[in-house]
Amino acid sequence: MDGLINALYSIPVAGVLFQLAGYLVNVVPDISPLILQAATPIALAALCGVMCERAGVVNIGIEGIMITAAFVGWYSGVLLVPVLGTTAIGPFGMSLALVVALGVALASGVVISALHAWLSISVRADQIISGTIINIAAFGLTGYLNNLIAKTSPNGAGAFTQFRPPREVTDIPVIGWILNMFLNQGPIAMSVIVLVVIFQILLFRSRWGLRSRAVGEHPRAAETVGINVIRVRYRNVLIGGVFAALGGAYLSMEATNSFQQGMTTGRGFIGLAAMIVGRWSPVGAFGAALLFSSSTALGNSIKFSPPSGDLGTILTSLPDQVYDALPYLVTIVILAGVVGRSIPPAADGQPYEREAAT
Amino acid sequence: MTAPSSSGSPGRATPLLAQIWAVIALPLISILLALLVGAFVILASQLVLPGGNLDLLLPLTAYAALFQGAFGNFDALVDTLISTTPLVLGGLSVGLAFKAGLFNIGAQGQFLLGALGAVAAGVALAGAPPLVAITVALAAGILAGAFWGFIPGLLKAVSGAHEVVVTIMLNYIAIAVIAAVVGGPLRQQGRPEAITPDVGNAALPVIIGNDGHAGIALAIVAVAVVAFLLFRTTLGFEIRIVGANPDAARYAGMRPRALTILTMSIAGALAGLAGAVVVLGVTHLMTPSFGTTVGFDSIAVALLGRTNPVGIVAAAFLFGALRAGASLMQIKAGIPVELIDVLQATILLFLVANPVLRRAFRLRGVKAGLETTETITKTYAGEVAPR
Repeated sequence: MDGLINALYSIPVAGVLFQLAGYLVNVVPDISPLILQAATPIALAALCGVMCERAGVVNIGIEGIMITAAFVGWYSGVLLVPVLGTTAIGPFGMSLALVVALGVALASGVVISALHAWLSISVRADQIISGTIINIAAFGLTGYLNNLIAKTSPNGAGAFTQFRPPREVTDIPVIGWILNMFLNQGPIAMSVIVLVVIFQILLFRSRWGLRSRAVGEHPRAAETVGINVIRVRYRNVLIGGVFAALGGAYLSMEATNSFQQGMTTGRGFIGLAAMIVGRWSPVGAFGAALLFSSSTALGNSIKFSPPSGDLGTILTSLPDQVYDALPYLVTIVILAGVVGRSIPPAADGQPYEREAAT
Repeated sequence: MTAPSSSGSPGRATPLLAQIWAVIALPLISILLALLVGAFVILASQLVLPGGNLDLLLPLTAYAALFQGAFGNFDALVDTLISTTPLVLGGLSVGLAFKAGLFNIGAQGQFLLGALGAVAAGVALAGAPPLVAITVALAAGILAGAFWGFIPGLLKAVSGAHEVVVTIMLNYIAIAVIAAVVGGPLRQQGRPEAITPDVGNAALPVIIGNDGHAGIALAIVAVAVVAFLLFRTTLGFEIRIVGANPDAARYAGMRPRALTILTMSIAGALAGLAGAVVVLGVTHLMTPSFGTTVGFDSIAVALLGRTNPVGIVAAAFLFGALRAGASLMQIKAGIPVELIDVLQATILLFLVANPVLRRAFRLRGVKAGLETTETITKTYAGEVAPR
């Protein structure tokens, strides 16, 4: 067996591809939890996108909602720790302060979403401009407050901790690494798969889902059968805000326990790309988010433990920044390859105006 | 935006003053309201922070310092002009794309690439005669920016990938490219930190005050060129028609795809020139973390200036003054410069919510805020422009 592998590896040019395949087989089980962790904020952003756009509202302010929630969650923790203490009250290192702070973060996401909903549904402003305003305002305001707060360098409420699945589970052959991927996680990352499945079923199998999709495809027809288009759109945009805020809170309350200026680094927009690639379905968007995040995880893996042989020589000769840029490059390439065959909801981005009663 | 742009009753000539008021009323009210919101943010943030005492006059102190930093003396005024210059070019870039129904959020990346192109050529020609060095360095910046604009234009035309997502990804890739090139091939030997050599003779000459560089004049020329392109050439006409009504443009025999690629490339070139002007006129070298807020400010400039070249100059001057004054505001009043972003976003917010403002202030006959951007969202995600 080893002889065969070595023979394959030593074929000129094509051998490097075999080496790459061998490296992937070796490394993917080890980094599988990292893949889901990198996918979590992207997937939640994508779910927010699906929630809004299925009802016909384009939301590019997701990035801004995420950075706001990341900041609000972290800073609420700072303010709440002196009052509520840091005693653990449950699994995942949950303290009362941490849970309340998460609630406040989600509420902040709903507030920002309400602004977007008002601008794009009631004022009927251009939805992309409205999203851009939210992004500029959110980055400005969080940066402004962070600069003021950083002078006092306060202590936060810590972060949610990861569950460690027992070795017997992760050592199960073939599927052990998949179980490890979904179980070796904190509460937010673990909840993503649950949210995706519930959302997928509700969107395509429930009355609410049918109404949302009708409003996104043909609002006029929806209105004539008695659906309140405006109310459905408001509701979906506000629920979407919860998803995006959860993704933002993940960054400052689970992945790290601090806030850095601009820490979302485009994940909201990568989430939008995942939504498009996943054809506006929750499961598809989650799959696309995993695809994008694998490039991040793989890039880091190559940076810190490069493969041996010719492949390693090639990969390590590239500057580190190639791996930093990898998720963005992958996003562009996949988006350009898929998008023509991915059809958005027909009324996506179009403001709805009730017909005047005559 | 579906708000009807109600103009004065037809057939009656409106006096000039009323015409001017119709154009500037909304931006003016938006700016004043934004300053009020900014004051509220300054006051409110004192309450949220631990151990802060409420200083009711802090907003006034901050705005006074802001004004002094922007217009306090001749040097401050030149500083404002220097900050205005890249914003004019960036605003033209975003505004031109808006005219064609495209949203160029990628001005930031194109700006960075333009700066990199200019610094690479400038370093290589640091000893050449100034005229040659400057011309080549500027051209390199323009080309690099145009290339960074060409990519999303091409992808949109060929596959329908929306330029908003692609240009934002390209912004992040541009940061990595800069870090790789400045830390690699362009790195100055014998320095502990990664930094490029000086551009030497490729530096733009100073024409006003101590450091008012020739880029200021270049920006004025660019405004004239873009205005001429848009309103006096066939290409400009086609760009405006494609933006206003892609179907009509196609039936009239224009090619929306080719125009998309061309417009994004020109927009990239303008943002690239902005980057070139900043490195050749101000910094004269580059660090791996080189970056400003120019690209993002440009979006606000283009929107506030109603995507019109003259309006863009006025808006760029306002934001240039805010940026120039911000550092004095930070020193004197302890207000972080990010307040400027908050002001910017608030100004845009009021412009976008213009139907509400017009009702509140009873502005009849005043033009809507952002009528030229109506088409942006319609082209979102996956809609392939007709051939």
